[in-house]
Amino acid sequence: MISLRRRVLAVLAAAAAVLGFSTAAHADGTLRAVMHSDLKILDPIWTTAYIVRNHGYMIYDTLFATDETGGVKPQMVDTYDVSADKLTHTFTLRSGLLWHDGQPVTAEDCVASIKRWAAKDATGQKLMTFVAGIDVVDAKTFVVRLKEPTGLLLLGLGKPSSNVPFMMPKRVAETDPNTQISDFTGSGPFIFKRDEWKPGDKTVYVKFDKYVPRAEPASGLAGGKVAKVNRVEWRAISDHQQAVNALLAGEIDFIEAPPHDLLPLALADPNIKYFDWNPLGNQYTFRVNWLHKPFDNPKVRQALFYAFNQEDFLKAVVGHPEYYKMCKSYFPCGTAFSSETGMDGLLKSDFKKAQEMLKEAGYDGTPIVLMHSTDLQVLTNLAPVAKSLMEKAGFKVDMQSMDWQTLVSRRSKKDPPTAGGWHAFLTSWVSADITNPIFTGFMNAGCDKAMFGWPCDAGMEKLRDQFARETDPAKQKEIAAAVQAHNTKIVTHVPLGQWYLGSPMRKNVNGMLRTPAPVFWNISMK
Amino acid sequence: MLGYILRRLAATIPVMLIVAVLVFLMLRLTPSDPAAIIAGDNANTEQVEDIRRRLGLDQPILTQFVIWMSEILRGNLGESFFFKKQVVELIADRIEPTLSLALFTILIAILVAVPLGTLAAYRHGTWIDRFVMGFSVLGFSVPVFVVGYLLIYVFAIELNWLPVQGYQRFSTGVGGWAQRLILPSLTLSVIYVALIARITRTSVLEVMNEDYIRAARAKGQTEGKVLVRHALANAAVPIVTVIGLGIALLIGGVVVTESVYTIPGLGRLTVDAVLARDYPTIQAVILLFSLVYVIINLLVDLAYTFFDPRIRY
Repeated sequence: MISLRRRVLAVLAAAAAVLGFSTAAHADGTLRAVMHSDLKILDPIWTTAYIVRNHGYMIYDTLFATDETGGVKPQMVDTYDVSADKLTHTFTLRSGLLWHDGQPVTAEDCVASIKRWAAKDATGQKLMTFVAGIDVVDAKTFVVRLKEPTGLLLLGLGKPSSNVPFMMPKRVAETDPNTQISDFTGSGPFIFKRDEWKPGDKTVYVKFDKYVPRAEPASGLAGGKVAKVNRVEWRAISDHQQAVNALLAGEIDFIEAPPHDLLPLALADPNIKYFDWNPLGNQYTFRVNWLHKPFDNPKVRQALFYAFNQEDFLKAVVGHPEYYKMCKSYFPCGTAFSSETGMDGLLKSDFKKAQEMLKEAGYDGTPIVLMHSTDLQVLTNLAPVAKSLMEKAGFKVDMQSMDWQTLVSRRSKKDPPTAGGWHAFLTSWVSADITNPIFTGFMNAGCDKAMFGWPCDAGMEKLRDQFARETDPAKQKEIAAAVQAHNTKIVTHVPLGQWYLGSPMRKNVNGMLRTPAPVFWNISMK
Repeated sequence: MLGYILRRLAATIPVMLIVAVLVFLMLRLTPSDPAAIIAGDNANTEQVEDIRRRLGLDQPILTQFVIWMSEILRGNLGESFFFKKQVVELIADRIEPTLSLALFTILIAILVAVPLGTLAAYRHGTWIDRFVMGFSVLGFSVPVFVVGYLLIYVFAIELNWLPVQGYQRFSTGVGGWAQRLILPSLTLSVIYVALIARITRTSVLEVMNEDYIRAARAKGQTEGKVLVRHALANAAVPIVTVIGLGIALLIGGVVVTESVYTIPGLGRLTVDAVLARDYPTIQAVILLFSLVYVIINLLVDLAYTFFDPRIRY
């Protein structure tokens, strides 16, 4: 019997040896990351999806970039001059910038890239209303001529989140902005390995050896982009629990965004550490649809500010106070234009006041169709909390549950809520996307041109235009405060507090930067 | 026989047509908009409408259907909305992992279940029989993902014998390929072991009291030969039926298992396509699955003639 057992064990051992069983093998200098989503689309100008933005940061470079303090700093640009009348802006590129195919980066490439970006991006579109022309001076210099001064030029070119003005070769940037590009030549610190890109499996980048980083140390998205690993693999693990299992087993090195409740499981392992690379975090938001009763009435929308309080939402979704912060500001706390202007007495769940306002507004009990997304853990509990608070304030709420993609599809419909439309939903914004009145898409009150919800308010648009024209940061702050005060009256949306979620990673992953989007330069594996 | 096969193959055409119409209509009638998903969270209405126009989704449903069908009839499954790749390319890329997983699973299921079921029938009423039947009930009752997580916890995390997830192509090495298929196949095979063991036991039990078994024993044949040559061979028709059904049902299991184990196969492609509302991909994959289902049923019917010469078509 013993002999038989030994023989069986010997056979198993031999089989294991033949099969080469080993679970912790990976090439040196390869960082294996699980991102929040699989990469399916590759054009960061064509879509605003965050995963495509992150892909953009891997392979493309930007003219300007936002540093850790929120300041806009030159990145591909070497020198930048402004004329005395603030109408002529001259940009000169750094020496040694190369595309991944070895060709030099030229001013012509950058001008074509700016034009493509500006045709798609809301900030870019606004910026172009100020631009008289963009001229190429020589291979490394171009000039932006303005019709009138604006603070949007640098803010736009240094925009940190979707759509980021990534620079592409002229031949690529001349692609119709509404058509996806098919050539992925960038000039960033990593090269996209298209031949190894397997959607649903992995996306591979390798270090661009000829990249010339800036001399300054890396800070946020600015400074020297030094690639310290030879290869980065984004593994498409859609199941959060499996991603954590793989991290614990050493099969991957980094998870971008696991749900909060899985963090303790990962961090209980002494080989795993936590790093919050996005210190500005994210903001929960309640979006209303202005097209339909009762939210076509500003008084009814204002009642929401009295019904809600931020803590209930944050506790229900995030749970641990370490990962959330109450912030009564449309512009995230910790950013330049954050303030509590106009927020006195709001967001305290004063149900009596909310009921009075609904009565004054003549609310007739029309059920509010509240879309409830059920498949994204960071959003799932928001709608039930909103329903409860709204009902206490006197609203009737018809909460309809669906997956996030159905919600995304439905929110673009202008139909009445009884015919497949909607009244309200909750979502979350990366703070970097909402740091000023122009970036904040939900503040666009341009009626049909606004984002879903379609707010329509000339006063708000006038204030946003004023902000765009202003170049003095102190005056910009005043205008931003006025925008906020005005928005508490017209209510395009309601801010519901900030929340944070960093990444668990193996302890040998070092040097990750604090940025609004996860970037992989400066990371080493020791 | 050849006439029968041709008739059956011809019958697949209306079946596939009905499937095509149903899939197309179901997708178009669900409240979803691939354009809004593609555009991303920060897109405005104009951007979404532009994408919708470019994808042809602003056309009437009938027009969309006619275009799609005419392309299908020309052998063109279309281009994925998201991956900007031909769907046929996507499918070709995903077939190997799914096929590997399915073959491994069926192999494990047959190699474990048929002997177990036969043994349970032979030892009818003993603790072995009760154990096999108990396992069978458990196998039916526990969801695939629970089995998956349990196996991962024990073999991948605690013992660190096998990888947690992923797939390695056969061409890059048999060792890595097999290593990464063990846990997913075991996970997926549990329910089929339960199903096939149960039907094997019942079928073998039925024939064990037949006269030809008594005759075989009377001729002095060993119990092994009696079981395999006489009992199992005569009990094969229902077992083959269940195995055939099992292969067809495997399609559903593959979807869950590939998602849990991060295997880039057709199941994962289906889930990704459904979540992204990638109409061309969903339509093509479901058509493919339907075709596989029809062909497996045909093969099972043909297999009956091999196991039971009395069956003629």
